[in-house]
Order: sequence, then C-alpha cells, then structure tokens
Amino acid sequence: MTADLSQARAVTMRGTVLTALALAGVVTVMVLALRFTPVEANQGLAQKIFYVHAPSAWAALLGVALTGFASILYLWLHDPRLDRFAAASAEVASVFCFVVLTTGPIWGKPIWGTWWTWDGRLTLTLFLFFLLLGYHTLRAALRDPLERGRFSAVLGIMGLVLIPFIHLSVYLWRGLHPQPVLMKPSSPSMPPEMLRTLLTSFAVFTVLYVGFVTLRYGIQLARDLREAADAG
Amino acid sequence: MGRIFRHVLAIAGKDLRLELRSRTSLLSASVFAALVLIVFNFARDPTAVATLDLAPSVLWVTVAFASVVAMNRAFTVERENAAFDGLLLAPVAREVLYLGKYVANLVFVLLVEAIALPLFVLFFNVDIAGALPGLLLTLLLATAGFVAVGTVFSAMVVRTRFAELMLPVLLLPFMVPPLIYAVKTTVPLFAGRRLSEVVDGLRFLALYDVAFITLSVLLFSAVVDE
Amino acid sequence: MPSAEAPLVEARGLVRRYGAVRALNGVDLVLGAGEVLLVLGPNGAGKTTLLRTLAGLLRPQAGNVTVAGRPLSRDDPAARRPIGLLSHQSLLYDELSLLENLTLAARLYDLPDPPRRAALALEAQGLASRQHDRPRSLSRGMQQRAAIARALLHDPRLLLLDEPFTGLDAVAADRLRSLLETHRTPERAMVIVTHHAAEAWDLATRVGVLVGGRWVLEAPRPGDPVEFHLAYQELARG
Repeated sequence: MTADLSQARAVTMRGTVLTALALAGVVTVMVLALRFTPVEANQGLAQKIFYVHAPSAWAALLGVALTGFASILYLWLHDPRLDRFAAASAEVASVFCFVVLTTGPIWGKPIWGTWWTWDGRLTLTLFLFFLLLGYHTLRAALRDPLERGRFSAVLGIMGLVLIPFIHLSVYLWRGLHPQPVLMKPSSPSMPPEMLRTLLTSFAVFTVLYVGFVTLRYGIQLARDLREAADAG
Repeated sequence: MGRIFRHVLAIAGKDLRLELRSRTSLLSASVFAALVLIVFNFARDPTAVATLDLAPSVLWVTVAFASVVAMNRAFTVERENAAFDGLLLAPVAREVLYLGKYVANLVFVLLVEAIALPLFVLFFNVDIAGALPGLLLTLLLATAGFVAVGTVFSAMVVRTRFAELMLPVLLLPFMVPPLIYAVKTTVPLFAGRRLSEVVDGLRFLALYDVAFITLSVLLFSAVVDE
Repeated sequence: MPSAEAPLVEARGLVRRYGAVRALNGVDLVLGAGEVLLVLGPNGAGKTTLLRTLAGLLRPQAGNVTVAGRPLSRDDPAARRPIGLLSHQSLLYDELSLLENLTLAARLYDLPDPPRRAALALEAQGLASRQHDRPRSLSRGMQQRAAIARALLHDPRLLLLDEPFTGLDAVAADRLRSLLETHRTPERAMVIVTHHAAEAWDLATRVGVLVGGRWVLEAPRPGDPVEFHLAYQELARG
C-alpha cells in the first residue's frame, strides 16, 4: 500500500481538527467543573482537578493498551502502519502520564499535605511512564525501521503483560488515593452533577486521545514518506 | 524431547564455559554487589533504622543491580566473529536457543547471588539461618523471572550503541513486581516467620515466572530472526 | 547440468528491504544438485543479502527459499540442516578451542559422536595439531581453514560461500579451490559470491551478475572467461 504526502496531510488535518474539538471540549469540561458542579465537601476546590486527573489516567492506560495490541498485530501482520500507530499511541500515552503525574501532586498537596505518595494509582502511572520512556529510548536507538518495529513490538507486548503484575504488586501498599467511587459494585456514590461532569470529561479525553494519535500518526507518516523519497 | 534438552545443555554449557574462562562479567558483577552492600552499610544510621527493617531491601536492590550487570554479557559474547550466526544457521529452533541462553544467564546470576549473599550476611550481621530455605526459594523464583525478560532485552540492546545503559532502562520496570514480592516475602522470613506463611508471595513470583518465561520463549524469535 | 529431479535450491521473487532501500528486488534462483553458481556484482548489489537469505539468516519480505524440498521458515528448523555457510567472519568463539567450537556445532547438528566428528573435520583441514588452540592464536589463513572445517562439518548439500578468496595468498587460494573441487559432487551444490570470477571459473556451472538487487545476467557459464570479464564490466557499470 503506497501512501503519498497528500494522504499524510489529510490524516494530519483530521487529527488537528479532532484535537481542536477535543481541546474545546476540555475547556467546556473545565467550565462545567468550575461553574456547574458542586464543590466536594471534604476536599474543597482542589478536588476539581479530579476531572482532568482521572480521565488522563484513563487515556494513558488506553494508549498503552492499544500500543500493546498494535504490537501483537504488528508481529503477526508486519504492517508498518501498525508500528506507526503503536509509536504514536505510546507517545500520546506518555503525555497523558505526564499530566497524571503533575495533576496528582497538585491535587494531593492541599489535601494530603504531601506532593507525592506511593499509593497504587500514582505509582502505577509512574511505572507506565518509565515503561514508555524505555519504549521511546529503544526506538530512538534503532535505525533500521524493520528492526525498530520488531523490537518495539516485543517491548510493547512485554509491557502489556507487565501492567496487571504492576497493578497487583503496587496495590500491596494501601494508599492515600481516594477509594474507587465510580467502579464499585454498588452504584456510583457521587452526586449526579459530578458524575455528569466526570463522564463528559472521560468522553472528551478519549476524543483528545484519538485526536492526538491521529495527528501524531499523520506527522510520522509524512516524515516516513519524505525519508523514503530521499533514500529511493 | 531429549534432543531439545541436549541442545539447551550444549548452548548453556558453551556460555558458562566462555564466562568462566574470561571471568570478566562474573568479577564485575560480584565486585559491583560488594560495592553496593558497602555503600548501603555506610549510608545508613543503625540507631535510626533497625538493620532488620532495612536488610531485605538492601539485599534485593543489590541483587537487582548486580544481575543487570551480569546479564549484559549474554549477547555481547556472540558478536565476536559473528558467532551468533553459527547458532542461527543450525537446525535448532529459536525457542531452544532462548532456553540455552536463559539457563546460562540464570546459573550465572544465581552464582553472583551466591557470592553476594554471604557478603550481605557478613556486612549486615543478619542471622538468616532459619530463613535460609525460604530465602533461597525466593531468590530462585524472583531471579527466574527477571532473567527471563533480561535475556530477551539483552538480545535487543546488543544492536544499539549504548547497550549497557539501555538494558537497565528497559529492564527495571520489569524487575519491580518480582522485587516487591521478593521483599514482601523476605521481611517475614527474616523476622522468623515460617515458609508456610509467605506462600502467597511465592505463588505470585511463580505466576510471574510462568507468564514471562512463556512470553520470552515466544517472542525471542521476533528479536533474533531478521 | 541441472538434473531432471527437483532442484536443490529454489527461490522465487525474493525481496528484502532495509528501510527504503531494496537490497533484493525480485530475485529468482534455481539451482540443481551438482551445480555451482558464481555470483558477481558491484558492492552493495545485494550479493551478501542474497547469500544470507539462502542460508535462512534473513527472512525476505516477499518470496521464499526452498532447500532440498523444504521451505525455509522459522517453524521448520530442520530445513536448515543441508545448508553450510562460509562467510567473512569465522563464526567461532574466541575463548573456546577449535575442537570445542566444532564439537558444539556437531552437537547442534545432531551428529553422532560430536567430539570425534569435530576432530576429524579439523584433521581434514590440516588443523589437528592446533585443535586445542583458540582461534585468536591462528594465522588468518588457518582461521579460514577452521571456518571451512566448521562449514563442512555436517556435510552440507548446499554450500554458500561469501567471497572466500578475498585476502588469500596464491597457495591458500589453490588449496581452497581444490577443496571445493573435491566437495563438488552430483548431490551437492554451491553458491559462491566473489569479486574474482577467475578464481572459481573452472568450478562454476552457472554465472550470475547482481546489480541493484536484480539479476542482469544469470545463465550457464560461458566458455571464455576473458570475454565474459569484458561483458561483466559493462554490466556492472550499467
């Protein structure tokens, strides 16, 4: 399948539009959170960060999982598009990890009095971040695209399987992290306005993820095509 | 089946023979372990933190770092005269190649641990006599896990320029779950608990081993077959 | 002369890419038992890539290689059994003796009584007296003989040689030539990549010129080496 630069540009354009929409969505969520959602009783204003923090964690995990699955498919089908997607998804996941790791302390300091805690979810995200850093470092160190694709895929699959193990081992330490309020066996225990804002935010961040990945994919496609043109 | 066993033995035997002759990695890994232990010893305040509280972490951090140093050699030795091509040419499955390398690495890292453990006892004055069977089992299970992943990764990083740096960067996230559970198992053992009380931790380590040894066997071909 | 039965090596439509570069760009190859193919071509034409693909060390992005009726694939290690490779590197471990190196190889090829087979192979190359020495302590010529011993250890039906005459003095080259002559039997085939067509001219039954990853010529060996050499220079330039 041969693509050309115009196709790459189309993908990039699509990504930019989606990202712009999603960013508008993020602003909407912030407005929702600040103006149309009640303030949480115990945690006060700082709790509002939750509407950015939690969906970012979700987006990061989504990104890592999709990178893992794309890696499996890549080793099976050898389609360079899958490798390009895996790399884009990993990069976007790193960005979301970074957001989680910065909003976490910002949320935590006023409430728990410390910038960092080794609680389950934050630590899991930290390890995802390091996994992704390793992934990017490896990719940067390999020149041959075939080798880079294969090795990244191996790392991606290993990483995917690692996540449940990190999850298990990290939750050995009972953390300061607020206990799950959403994913509980009983119905969610937050007022409907908060739930609404939160779910909106999750949706917006998912679109943001898709937008970012599409954009990144388009940029990489253009880069790859240019490289091929130079070499061939 | 016997053929596979013979091949694994031949490859592992070759690796061990190579290492015992040059001794460079064994020496550097052991010295490294000793240095880490010494630094830990001087870096702590025995009046502030009880030795017994710190000891398991010290032991496992030492083991972790020393094994990364030890595993670096696994594929650098194959680069001389393109010797690895000789292995790839042979009518031997990639999975068998992996197992041969894995066994060699495992024995090698266990050897380094066997050197580090008495040093640890010496420097930290910990009485581990009662905990020894449990500790040895934990060492074996935890090591089996991260050597499995390390063997695959060292095959990958040998193709990059900064192999010795890349291996720890890639490997450390994968060492965390076994390390956490190893420490969690070692703490009660050092405190005199019985083996039967730490079975959960050992079970987790075994699960990790099964998952990652299987995965590594399956993925090795993707690394070494061009 | 190609035999009436199935060819010993068959490769169709081989494509091998490195990034954007096509090292092999649609290469076919059919070689029967008893044949010897000389592969010539300028540097970077894909000769070594072709050889490594025939050896099963590289997996082509398109096409496949069949040796002695079995397609080379990851799932069929035994298909590699009839293949022997003599490459630029000796494939020997520096810290093992020649005997230990070859015994390991003998074990991996499931040869009976591996140490004895190894010793015999070394003896055949006149290296019996050095069998306990390490490769590093040998001269370059002897190292190549050790590599040859390793390549021939399991009596490969398909022998692949990558520029075997490079760096050899006249005596060593003669020695190699007569060795290959002896090795050439009706059941075996050879593919020799070389820059010096003259060195292996008498051995060859076919000649191929690879330029830019494709054959520009692949035919039975002509009679006159000089005439061929002129034609070859033209081809290699184009």
